[in-house]
Amino acid sequence: MFGRLTWQAIPWSEPIPLVAAGAVGLMLAATVGWVFIKGYGPYIWKEWITSVDHKRIGVMYCLLALVMLLRGFSDAVMMRSQQALAFYGDGYLPPDHYNQIFSAHGTIMIFFVAMPFVIGLMNFVVPLQLGIRDVAFPTLNSVSFWLTAAGALLVNISLVVGEFARTGWLPYPPLSELQYSPGVGVDYYLWSLQISGAGTLLSGINLVTTILKMRAPGMSYTRMPVFCWTALASNLLIVAAFPVLTAVTAMLLLDRYLGFHFFTNEMGGNPMMFVNLIWVWGHPEVYILVLPAFGVFSEVISTFSGKPLFGYRSMVAATMAICLLSWLVWLHHFFTMGAGADVNGFFGIMTMIIAVPTGVKVYNWLFTMYGGKVRFEPPMLWSIGFMVTFVIGGMTGVLMAVPPADFVLHNSLFLVAHFHNVIIGGVLFGLFAGYNYWFPKAFGFRLDEKWGKRAFWLWFVGFYAAFMPLYVLGLLGMTRRMQHFDRPEWYPWVLAAAAGAGLIALGIGAQIIQLVVSIRNRAALRDITGDPWDGRTLEWATASPPPAFNFAVMPNVKGEEPYWGMKTKARELAHLLTAEPSYQPISVPRNTATGVVTAFFAVVIGFAMIWRIYWLAGIGFVGLYAAFVVFAWRNRSEEEISAAEVARRDRDNRFVRSSVLAEGASQ
Amino acid sequence: MSQRGIEAEREGDVGPGLELEGSEDTSRGLRSYLIGFALAVGLTAASFWAVQTHAIYGPGISIALVTLAIAQMGIHLVFFLHITTGPDNTNNVLALAFGVLIVFLVVFGSLWIMANLNHNMIPMKMLMDMQR
Amino acid sequence: MSVVTSFSPVDPHHLGHSNLSLGTEWEDARGHGEGGPASKSVIVSYGFWIFLLSDIVMFSAFFAAYQVLAGNAADGALSFDLSNVAIETGCLLLSSFLCGVASLCANRRRLLGTEIFLFLTGVLGAAFLTLEIREFVGLIQQHQGPADGAYYSAFFALVGCHGLHITAGLLWLGTMMAQIFAKGFRHDVLRRLTCFSLFWHALDIVWVAIFSLVYLMRFAP
Repeated sequence: MFGRLTWQAIPWSEPIPLVAAGAVGLMLAATVGWVFIKGYGPYIWKEWITSVDHKRIGVMYCLLALVMLLRGFSDAVMMRSQQALAFYGDGYLPPDHYNQIFSAHGTIMIFFVAMPFVIGLMNFVVPLQLGIRDVAFPTLNSVSFWLTAAGALLVNISLVVGEFARTGWLPYPPLSELQYSPGVGVDYYLWSLQISGAGTLLSGINLVTTILKMRAPGMSYTRMPVFCWTALASNLLIVAAFPVLTAVTAMLLLDRYLGFHFFTNEMGGNPMMFVNLIWVWGHPEVYILVLPAFGVFSEVISTFSGKPLFGYRSMVAATMAICLLSWLVWLHHFFTMGAGADVNGFFGIMTMIIAVPTGVKVYNWLFTMYGGKVRFEPPMLWSIGFMVTFVIGGMTGVLMAVPPADFVLHNSLFLVAHFHNVIIGGVLFGLFAGYNYWFPKAFGFRLDEKWGKRAFWLWFVGFYAAFMPLYVLGLLGMTRRMQHFDRPEWYPWVLAAAAGAGLIALGIGAQIIQLVVSIRNRAALRDITGDPWDGRTLEWATASPPPAFNFAVMPNVKGEEPYWGMKTKARELAHLLTAEPSYQPISVPRNTATGVVTAFFAVVIGFAMIWRIYWLAGIGFVGLYAAFVVFAWRNRSEEEISAAEVARRDRDNRFVRSSVLAEGASQ
Repeated sequence: MSQRGIEAEREGDVGPGLELEGSEDTSRGLRSYLIGFALAVGLTAASFWAVQTHAIYGPGISIALVTLAIAQMGIHLVFFLHITTGPDNTNNVLALAFGVLIVFLVVFGSLWIMANLNHNMIPMKMLMDMQR
Repeated sequence: MSVVTSFSPVDPHHLGHSNLSLGTEWEDARGHGEGGPASKSVIVSYGFWIFLLSDIVMFSAFFAAYQVLAGNAADGALSFDLSNVAIETGCLLLSSFLCGVASLCANRRRLLGTEIFLFLTGVLGAAFLTLEIREFVGLIQQHQGPADGAYYSAFFALVGCHGLHITAGLLWLGTMMAQIFAKGFRHDVLRRLTCFSLFWHALDIVWVAIFSLVYLMRFAP
């Protein structure tokens, strides 16, 4: 009746997951309870859960990412502490458990921290920068977010009902086949990824269509901000790469559920083909993550240097070159799998070549800063920290691009240090920079600067303390994913790495405090005009937070950095450039529960399939189809905001901006 | 200027499959579908014939099949999906080209790599001889 | 001849252009370069086009796996029945053609014509599916099923994936026929019909690749 699900699925005999699950359950219950007691339920449902507004969805993505960062980081702390303790003893994590932890750490960090954060920022910022009202398919956007959340939910359920995969974040067969992983762990991983992967693909389609087909009048391709170019490249990569992930995950599912032989040892299967195909997806994936981070840096560095970005065209060319080249390097993840020198050599050389456009970008950022009036606020600190850190990580990558070197370093801690170097130094620093930079736009008040700087320095020093020792350990021969070790020369470095993790924990603590302090002091930190950083792109032309319709009248774009041009002229004249427009009513897409309902049935299907409760999965599919039909049948897809309301929102912002301009003139 | 040209000037890019949308003139559309259908049937028949006849040089049959398949896919794109090379279709063609490129990279890249993975292994025949 | 593309002629969201006039003109072409956002129907069909391309990449991953595993077909060839494949191909091609005719009827807002041709499209699609399922069952009975070897697994996954898409398409077709009947030729219904016909034609394109490179190629020496 319930497939393989029994009461034994809950890990009664293991205190750590039980305690963790209990703590999370309590926090969840407390939050939900607080929401309902304070009466925020209807507000949350109407304004957030069923919202199809790109700004709300972007914020929810980022919130999901930040919450999952806590779980992923807890896994990291457990790994580091286990290794630190396991020299003189057994540590506190049995190998079985440790394997699940490092698998969950990688899976969560890539799929449920980095991806949602990146997609969230793109969702929030791109329509505002393009000068339009929303993305191409708002309801699909909501579905995408909720499917990602559904995947995250499944991974979290695995903590308490059943187990997670023990295979690492990419489940290589034959370990991940039924014979060697008979439990439900790999199934949790696979279904969670299928569901959230579908959401990501839909999001990619959405943003590609938005950027290519919906820009404000006058905004040709060469007038788009660089962040939109990197968003375009990243989403093209999503559209091209995620189908491969879907296919490979499906193949492994078919092997496990229906006895197919894609990757089995016997009957002609080829486990190496899994490695090949998964990295066909895997390499573009890391560029999906890093390109928008590069875009954030382009925006932040030019804003906080007070200069236009140096070399716009070469930036665009470099971005699109990276987009293309990222398809020609994937074998460097498995140089040691047996290919001959010609194949290894080709991919090694391509890997080195792809460092060139990235170098072009770094030089452009440096030249942007040169001669500018640099302001060292937190977003800029993250950007400078990125430039130093990412260059180091990139260089170690080029080092490993040499196949003979990789033969020594593959799967050692050198590799682990390299990819954390580029992902943390590149992606995460970029996401934190973007978070600090666009927070006032999203919420109407800035983040506390003092705690922001503290958080940066703790993270920065902590990162080097945690990961530079891993380079040394890799060169000393330590392999990745070790639950215990017995070489005394490794021990001091392992301790140093654990200390670094502690510093990073303090950094995360500082970020939490920053958020709490900022919310408490929000009146003092209020962003009144909507342009707290003296920005250069169109999103700073709106109020903070922007009204649902973004722009009362679509901007008319006349050249690169349209907002900067308008602002400079307005400052000269000491008043707003345009007279008050004649306000018209604006149609905005209606909210709908389609997203959350789709995700609900997706979770039902996923959970049912994991535990082989096939009748429940059938109900899930029927529900999914029913939700689709209900959505398709609705008669009204938009609602109107009256001209008076549009006028009111816009007038407020115009008044504030005029006052500031007048003040500026009188000084 | 052709009717398409006027529409392109006024309306901008045309979406895939929307070339004939709203048009009251069905005969043009019907002609397009009929010609496409006839050509596709012909190419399909040619493919089946190519496999069963002895008229084609053996090793050339696989190339013939690939060529006929590509031709037929082109027929579908032009006559059923109305993809043209006009400036209002540029986005559609570029997207298609991107997709085709990725397909080539995935398929041929994988084949090249997977075939090469046994490069450093003892040849199968020698291996089996050794086991005798 | 004006092309009807959205709820209201040019500016459904009352976006307008700002009163700023700095003297220069811009291209009037919408959704192309500097003309502002494209109309809803262009956006919808382009977005669906991108989705189709992503779907084709997914098929290519299955195809790559098939080609790799077919290389070690020490497990013997699949016993295909070419005449069955020919009939399937004919069904799908004809259904694609009839789908095109249905969209022509929709252009002229002919309810009965549209429904009839859509119905015929569906019937032929169902015929294709039936033949394919029979073929699969036959192969399984001859111990050439997916659990009998890697090459068979790859074949079943690739062709089965296409069959699943056809099944989903038929479900969508039924829903579209019901929607056209219930709501008439509303703009959003028409946009969905365009998406459906794009989908159906694309499935036929994928089938061209499958019958040429999977079925017929097996008979090439």
